[in-house]
Amino acid sequence: MEGLNVVDAELVVYLHPSKSRKISQAILRELSSLLFRFYEAFDGVLLAYDVNVVDNLPKILPGVQPYFGFNLKANLLVFSPKPDMLLEGKVVKLSQESIHVIVLGFSSAIITAESVRAEFKYRTKGEEGIFASRSHKRHVIKVGTMIRFSVKSFDDEILHIIGSLMLVHTGSISWLDRNLEENSEFDRSATKSRDREWREDKTVDEGETPSGYNNLVNKSKKRRIA
Amino acid sequence: MGLELLKYPEMEEDNVLNFTDSEIVSHVKDALTSVLSGDNNSYNQLVGVMHHSKHLAPDEVALLETTLKALAGAVSSIDITHHDSLLSAIFSMSMWNYGPHVADALAELIVSLAISNGKYLDLCLRMLVSNFTPPPYFLDKLKLSRGLERKGQVLSRVHAAFKKIADYVPLAPLRLLTVVLQGMPTIYHKDRAILIYVENMLKLESGEIGELVGSTMLMAVVDRLIELDVEIGWDAILQDDFSKGIFEMELEDVDDIDECSEPDVGEFRLSRKSLAGNSIAELLDNLLVLTFEHLESCEREGRLAKVFETLLQSFQITVLSAYKSKFTQFVIFYACALDPENCGMSFATMLVELFVQDSQPQPTRMSAVSYLASYLSRAKFLSASFICSMLKRLVDWCLEYCETHNGDLNPNAHRVFYSGCQAIMYVLCFRMKAFVNVPRLRLQLLMPLEQVLKHKLNPLKVCLPSVVEEFSQTGKSCFSFHQLSRAFGGLERLDTFFPFDPCLLKRCDSFIRPMFVFWSMVKPTYDDAYDDDEDDGSSDDELVRDHVNENEDMMNGWVGKSFDEQGIDMDEFDCELQKMSITPKTTSGHKFGGRMPSRIRPSTSPESL
Repeated sequence: MEGLNVVDAELVVYLHPSKSRKISQAILRELSSLLFRFYEAFDGVLLAYDVNVVDNLPKILPGVQPYFGFNLKANLLVFSPKPDMLLEGKVVKLSQESIHVIVLGFSSAIITAESVRAEFKYRTKGEEGIFASRSHKRHVIKVGTMIRFSVKSFDDEILHIIGSLMLVHTGSISWLDRNLEENSEFDRSATKSRDREWREDKTVDEGETPSGYNNLVNKSKKRRIA
Repeated sequence: MGLELLKYPEMEEDNVLNFTDSEIVSHVKDALTSVLSGDNNSYNQLVGVMHHSKHLAPDEVALLETTLKALAGAVSSIDITHHDSLLSAIFSMSMWNYGPHVADALAELIVSLAISNGKYLDLCLRMLVSNFTPPPYFLDKLKLSRGLERKGQVLSRVHAAFKKIADYVPLAPLRLLTVVLQGMPTIYHKDRAILIYVENMLKLESGEIGELVGSTMLMAVVDRLIELDVEIGWDAILQDDFSKGIFEMELEDVDDIDECSEPDVGEFRLSRKSLAGNSIAELLDNLLVLTFEHLESCEREGRLAKVFETLLQSFQITVLSAYKSKFTQFVIFYACALDPENCGMSFATMLVELFVQDSQPQPTRMSAVSYLASYLSRAKFLSASFICSMLKRLVDWCLEYCETHNGDLNPNAHRVFYSGCQAIMYVLCFRMKAFVNVPRLRLQLLMPLEQVLKHKLNPLKVCLPSVVEEFSQTGKSCFSFHQLSRAFGGLERLDTFFPFDPCLLKRCDSFIRPMFVFWSMVKPTYDDAYDDDEDDGSSDDELVRDHVNENEDMMNGWVGKSFDEQGIDMDEFDCELQKMSITPKTTSGHKFGGRMPSRIRPSTSPESL
C-alpha cells in the first residue's frame, strides 16, 4: 500500500512547569495529542511515533510561565495519501450509489458509483448488494472485501478519502493478487485486455496511467504484509 | 401555508404509487443536477417539501418520507454550494416534529450525508445533537405520556445514527465530542434544556460508542454540576451580615431565633435566599438525581468500576479543587455506596494518599483530609475495620510529623497537621462506639493519638472548638483530657469544611439517606456532662465566634429536636444554618466558618481572654 512513510523528525516539545516531575510522561502525552491529525509539517497524518530525547538539559523559555523545551529526535509513521496513489481498505457498506471503505482502521473512504469502472455491475444477492465483474466471474466486491483503490482526493480535516476504481489494477485484493501472479506476461496481456474492455464498454478513460505503473504494483505487492 | 403539493409527474395519472425506488432517486438526482444548468424548478419544489413541517396530512407525510428516502440515495449529487438552501432546510429539521417513519427517513438521510463527504460530517453531527433537545413548544409536553413516547422515538434514532456514522467514519466520535461539548446549554437557559441534554450525554456514555466518548461526557457533566453548585453561594449568606459588627449580629440572631419557625421574618435574609426557592438548586437537584440513576444502571450492567475510575479522576481535577463544593461530591458518595468494596474503599484510599504526599500542594491535602473525615464518618456502608485502618494511617502520619517537628503551636506553619488531627477527632466523634471495645485498636490507634494530641504543637488549641469539645466528651473513657477542656478553644481557628454533611437537596437526600450516618444515630447521651459546662459561663470571645447562640434554654430546646430523623424541613434548615456558622470573613487573618457538624453542639467557649 502506498501513502505510508516513515519519517525522521527533529522536534522541540515545550512543557509547562507543573509537568516537571514526570517529564517522560508529559512528552509522550504531548506527542500523543498529535496522533490522527494532519500536519503540514509532516505532510500527512501522524499514526505512530518512536521518540528519543536528545539532551537532558532543557531550555527554559523566558516569560510569565517558564515553559521548558526539550529537543527530540523521533521516528514518525506518517500517512499521506496523494491523488493517484493506490490504497487498500476494507469495504464496510455497499450500495448501488457508493462503496464505503475504511483504510487502516481510521480513515473513511468513499467510492461513488460514477467512479467504479463499467466492468463492475451492481447486483443484489439475496439481502446484500455486490459489485461483480462482468469479465471475471470470480472478481466480486462485497461488504468485508479488502479492496485496492486509487485516490482522487483527500480531505485533511476529517481524513476522508474520495477514491476510484477506474484503474484496472484496482478491485478486490485477493483476486488481483491471485491473478497477477503470472507477472510480466499477464501484465502485457492485461494491457491488451484492458483495451478490449474499454472498446467494449465504452468507458471513459479516467486518466493516464503513470509510466512506471507496473513497477509500482510489484513494489506495493512486496510491501504487503501477509 | 399555501404551498402546492409537489407532484411527481406520473402521480396525476395514477393514484397508486408504483415507482421503483431507483426511479424516484433518479428523478431527485435530475432535480439536483438541473440546478447546475440553471433550471431550479424541481429543485425549489424539493426544498419546499422539506420546509413543510407542521400539521401534515397523511399524504404529505408520505411525500416527505419518500423525498427524504430518495435524497438519501442521491447524496452523491448534492453539492454544498449549489444546494445550500436544501441543505439548510434539512439541517434545520427537528425529528421531534414528525412521526416514526419520517424520523427514520430523516435519520437515514443524515447518516448518508455524513458518510458521503467529510464536509458534511460536522454539520450532520450538529444537526443530530440539536435533536437532543425538543423545540421550545414541546418542552412542556415532555411530562405527558405522549411526549415521553416521542422522546423515546427521537432519542433512540439519534443515538442509533451516531453508531452508524461511527461504523463508517471511525474518527466521527472524536468530532462528536467537540460538537456535544460546544452545544451544551448554559446554566442560565431558562428552558431547562440542560436536563434533557445531560440525559443524552449520559446515554452516550452508556451507549454503543460509550467506550470512545464516555469518559469525556462524564467529566463534562461533573464540570457542569460544579458550575451550578458554585452558583448557589454561601457568599449570599455572608454578605448581608457582613456590614454589622460581630456582637450586633449575634444579638439580632438571638432575637431572630425565637422566630425561626416563621420563615418570612424581615431581617432573616437567609430565608429569601433559602434553597427552597432557589431554581438553580432545583436544577442541580434534578441533575444529580439523573446522575445517580445513571450510576445505578452502570452498576446493573457491571460497568461501575470503570465508570468510577473516570469519576475519581474528575473528582480530583474538579471537585476537590473547587472551594467548598456543596453537593456535587454526593455523586461520588453514591457511587461508593453502590459498590462499597471496590469504589468505597478506593475513594478513601485515594484521599489518604493525597493527604500523606508531601509533593501535593497544601490546599489539596487539607481538602482531601476534610473529604476523608466527612466520608468516613457518614458512610454507613464502610466497615469498622476499614475505617480503623484509614484512621491508623492518619494517626501514624501525625505521629511521625510530631516526632520530626519540634515546634510550638503555630497554625499557619502546620496547617496540614492540624487539619489531619481535626479529621481524626471528627471521625472518632462519630465512630468511637465501634472502636472503643477492641483492645487492639486502643493500642494501635488511641494511644498514639493521645501522644499526638498532647504534643507541643497542641492541636487541641487549633482545631475547631466544637469538634474538640465533642471529641473530649466522646473520648472520656479513653483519654484524660479533663484539664484540656478548659484550655481549648483556641485563639486560632481552623477553616473547616464538612463536605458530606446531610444533603440539603430534597430529591438527592432521598437517594442518599439509606446509606448515610446521621449524628442523631451515633451521638452519645451526655446531658450530665453538659450541665457541668454550663457553670463555666460563656465568656465572650472578642476575636471570633463560630456560634452566635449563647442562650442555654434555646440550646436545650434545639438539642431536644432531632431534625435529622424528621427529614429536613426548609424552615428548620434555615434555623440551623443561621445558628451555626454565620460569621464574618477573615479577622486577624484567620478564616473560618464552614458548616458545623450538624448535630454537634456548639461550643460554649469558656476560653479565657
